[in-house]
Amino acid sequence: MTHIVVTGILLSGTYALIALGLTLQYGVARIMNLANGETLVAGCFVAFWLYTAFAINPIAGLLVIAPAAFAFNWAIYVVALRPLVRRARNRGQLEVDSILATFGLLFLLQGLMLLGFGGEYFSYAFLAERFVIFGSGYGLNRVVAFAAAVVIAAGLYLFLYRTRQGTAVRAVAADPNSASLVAIDVSRTAALAFALGGALTACGGALLSTFYTFNASMGVIFTMKALIIVIMGGVGDVRGAVLAALALGIAETAVASLIDPGLTLAATYGLFILVLLFRPQGIFGRQTA
Amino acid sequence: MSAVSAGEIRVGLAGAVVVALAACLPLVDQGFYLSISVNIVLYAALCTAWTLFSGPTHYVSLATAAFFGVGTYSVALWIDQLPFPALVAGGALAGAALAGVVGVATLRLSGVYFVIFTLGLAELVRQIVTWAQAKFTTRVGLYVFTDFTEKHIYWMLLALAVAVFLAGWLINRSRLGFAMRIIGNDETVARHVGIDTARAKILLFMVSGAFIAIAGAISAPRYGYIQPPSAFNPMISFLVVIMALLGGTSRLWGPLVGVVPFVIAMDLISARFPNHMPIVMGLAFLAIVYLLPHGVTGRLEQVWTRLRNRRALAVGAERTA
Repeated sequence: MTHIVVTGILLSGTYALIALGLTLQYGVARIMNLANGETLVAGCFVAFWLYTAFAINPIAGLLVIAPAAFAFNWAIYVVALRPLVRRARNRGQLEVDSILATFGLLFLLQGLMLLGFGGEYFSYAFLAERFVIFGSGYGLNRVVAFAAAVVIAAGLYLFLYRTRQGTAVRAVAADPNSASLVAIDVSRTAALAFALGGALTACGGALLSTFYTFNASMGVIFTMKALIIVIMGGVGDVRGAVLAALALGIAETAVASLIDPGLTLAATYGLFILVLLFRPQGIFGRQTA
Repeated sequence: MSAVSAGEIRVGLAGAVVVALAACLPLVDQGFYLSISVNIVLYAALCTAWTLFSGPTHYVSLATAAFFGVGTYSVALWIDQLPFPALVAGGALAGAALAGVVGVATLRLSGVYFVIFTLGLAELVRQIVTWAQAKFTTRVGLYVFTDFTEKHIYWMLLALAVAVFLAGWLINRSRLGFAMRIIGNDETVARHVGIDTARAKILLFMVSGAFIAIAGAISAPRYGYIQPPSAFNPMISFLVVIMALLGGTSRLWGPLVGVVPFVIAMDLISARFPNHMPIVMGLAFLAIVYLLPHGVTGRLEQVWTRLRNRRALAVGAERTA
């Protein structure tokens, strides 16, 4: 029992990073980024490449991966998504447009990665040692990935709640129209949030690759999980996302070890349906739509 | 219900002629052209059924593969015990039931929840079917042996496409269709004039899901050997969205304009560059969003009204001169 809970918590660290990335993109930049999982997979591949080609530790590799993902997502926002934001007459129109545009990005990026790496599964051995918690053993790589995720998430929290820029990001999340009245550059802040979200997701991917077998076409599944975590936690809500990631990690691990490893998505959906039926506004539900 | 207008009778007759001609195809060719036509008719039925719901509501449904797979499995599981028509009807009911469950869970909320839910639905049903098969039976794949050949499947799918078109036309003329148009224009207004918006959307989604499941059921004998990954192939969902939006969803025949060229293009691309398919799909999505936001038919209509306005202006200028 403790084994399931601890494994679930360790897994939820990376889930939380991915979901935080998505919640920034959707909650602040108002872009439902369905290509988020592809950023994650790209993070996996870059970490793999750095480790196997240059023997660079994946944790140190984050120093390369995060800025690269930040720049890449900034460019995507400015080139592809800002025109849609300008064109949209209302929120619903932007939602449909951004969903379709990010589907396009999803397939484009996935297709490019499939061309580059093929459909095979990749993995590498990093810190594949035993680490004992409460008397049972866990992979040291999982523990290290969890610790790194906690540090990054804490950094994000400090940025959002202790800096002027972070306050601006939260203001845009709350209401873009009012934010522009208090001299916040909404368009620039949205780009920043989108790029930051991409960087977080790529970090999640790099950490995931240390203990998980990945391939070029698995992005959608992770987008799906991240979306469900974001909805559970409440859109744009950082604490909610972390809590929802914990719930999802534990529920998945429980179903995988008690019933069948092939049913993890069913566990995710079970939680999702409960949330939709009882708390569609999220765990800490701020507003009613 | 208003009377059928002369224009509608003309369109109906023209459609009947086209369908009659299309039905003669297997008499001419049984090879390549028949096989690609089966795909065209299949996607015509799927995309039109998709548009029944997603056209007026603007909700991007990705549940097509789930309904299709449910239909396929309804046939595959009991083909040795029950007659084929009964299984097709069963598949339709199963598709409608699944659509009803999804609708009740998501359609009372905003559109995003619906998109997310349908995005993973095919994968969810696939996992459950795989798990149930492994647990309760010994075999993973199922054989579907029937006397149907390619041409029988072609005729059945053609009949299905006609049925979807007729259903779409009837719905447009009914109270439900009228309600859907109001919901599509402004949901708040719809609610204020007393339309039960959730009920209308769920009903329409069930009709759409039932038709897609029938298409899956009819396709089962074509595959012969059915496994969860092929029956619940998520690509079907995305291809349907691309083709329908490419054609345009504001008219009943809009998706057809996208289906015919895209199926032919897909056939060429998957034969010559099989590894480039995702890239082509990605570019197709981007092209739709940035270049053809209302589809080909929407763009044609724009051009048409602009030309007519210009002509009206020119005539007006002549008169004043």
